[in-house]
Amino acid sequence: MSRAVLTFQDVTFHYPSGNLIHKHPILEDIHFQVNAGEFVSIIGASGSGKSTIFRLITGLEQPIEGKIYLNGKSMSNQLGQVGYMPQQDLLMPWRTVMDNAILPLEIKGVKKAEAIDEVRKLLGEFGLEGVEDAFPSDLSGGMKQRVSFLRSVLSGSNILLLDEPFSALDAITRLNMQEWLLGQWEKRRKTILFITHDVEEALFLSDRIFILEQEPNPSLKEVHVPLRRPRNVRDLTRTEVVIMRGHLIDQLRLKVKK
Amino acid sequence: MKHYIFSTSLVLLILIGWEVGAQIYNKSYILPAPTDILLKLWELKGILLLEHLPATLLIMVIGLAISLLIGGGLAIWMNKSQLLEKTFYPIIITSQTIPIIALAPIFVLWFGYSIWSKVVVTVLITFFPITVSTFDGLRSSDKDMKELLFTMGASKRDIFFKLDIPTALPSFFSGLKVAVTLSVIGAAIGEWLGAQAGLGYFSRRMMTQFDGAGVFAPILLLSIVGVSLFLFVTSIEKYFLKWRNR
Repeated sequence: MSRAVLTFQDVTFHYPSGNLIHKHPILEDIHFQVNAGEFVSIIGASGSGKSTIFRLITGLEQPIEGKIYLNGKSMSNQLGQVGYMPQQDLLMPWRTVMDNAILPLEIKGVKKAEAIDEVRKLLGEFGLEGVEDAFPSDLSGGMKQRVSFLRSVLSGSNILLLDEPFSALDAITRLNMQEWLLGQWEKRRKTILFITHDVEEALFLSDRIFILEQEPNPSLKEVHVPLRRPRNVRDLTRTEVVIMRGHLIDQLRLKVKK
Repeated sequence: MKHYIFSTSLVLLILIGWEVGAQIYNKSYILPAPTDILLKLWELKGILLLEHLPATLLIMVIGLAISLLIGGGLAIWMNKSQLLEKTFYPIIITSQTIPIIALAPIFVLWFGYSIWSKVVVTVLITFFPITVSTFDGLRSSDKDMKELLFTMGASKRDIFFKLDIPTALPSFFSGLKVAVTLSVIGAAIGEWLGAQAGLGYFSRRMMTQFDGAGVFAPILLLSIVGVSLFLFVTSIEKYFLKWRNR
């Protein structure tokens, strides 16, 4: 039996109303559990509340009802507990690659020299050797995402939240990054939650996929991806995967029609 | 240097035109020739550089320092609280519609011929660009970046020093560049109205003596001071904003 590192217990959440024109996503009695070392993707149409789930986990928002357990504990202030990698790389343009990477360590109060040592050990693996003194504006899109990922890893948390990290990359870079990410995940034994709107990406990367829906009722379904690891892109053409992909796309499209 | 070749040529052209015109007109108390001004500057170099320039510089430096304190402080304050922003921002804008030159004699009345009447004029002219640019810079810090820092467990203090301040720097420097050039004007106006030393004071005194070249010589010096200060700020800016130079 694997250990749960993240549990949502009957979580209900909605943004304070007041803005009636723009309908905010709602989470109602959401219940799920993510185990140590799992790779779970969350898919759903835009406005289905994917990012809201991340905001709840990071502690930027508080559930109205229900509880969230991180590594078995429910805290009133959850900020600083997980590694979060946002959709845009959100690197500070005035900081070099090195200074961007050490940011989470700096905030934790680690001495600068120690932080730099720690980052230096990882630069090679992240394909960032030799660019540590460059500024983000000098980097390619894929490199920026790697810096951003490195920064989330350095949060030191066992749980990483990745919010559509590859959506802005071209197809080939994206595939490379996906394979690289799987390699890193296997090596670092982290638990990853991954938001995407790309069904194939979710199938290729994850153990399980959560599907978030707003219509007819706010709900969360889940499917297990029928693939073993290590995986290959060609696995995506297997019959059972193709059928699942069809189902998932149908479900997403249903919501878009509304 | 190639960058300045066009503006330099234009200035030279104008100077030559001026020189020729002034020689033909030949009334140096109204229109002194550039060469007259340079000669005058040379002639008066001792008194101008050792006595009047330091007096003016002191006003500018004190004025700018006070403006930085008030402007920076107000900007940080207004960025912290909406109430303070709503209270002060309109007042600061309105304060700029007051013709400071018209008010300046009052300051002489209040502060006498001491350095402070001149400093007040300089502060009133220079604090505005510093306040507004710093405030706008602070306000423009990225909300998503701020949230990301919070998810790392950052404190408000971290956000201020690691996000707000670096975000505000480019805008702050733009304001400071405007302020240093304005400080020349502020100091000169202040001295015009009542002083016992300073380049502005000296220029006005020469006016009463119908010494055209003597009016212009300290003004030339003032302009050189303004440009030097501007370049000085630009070089500090380049140092702090290395990432923008790429």
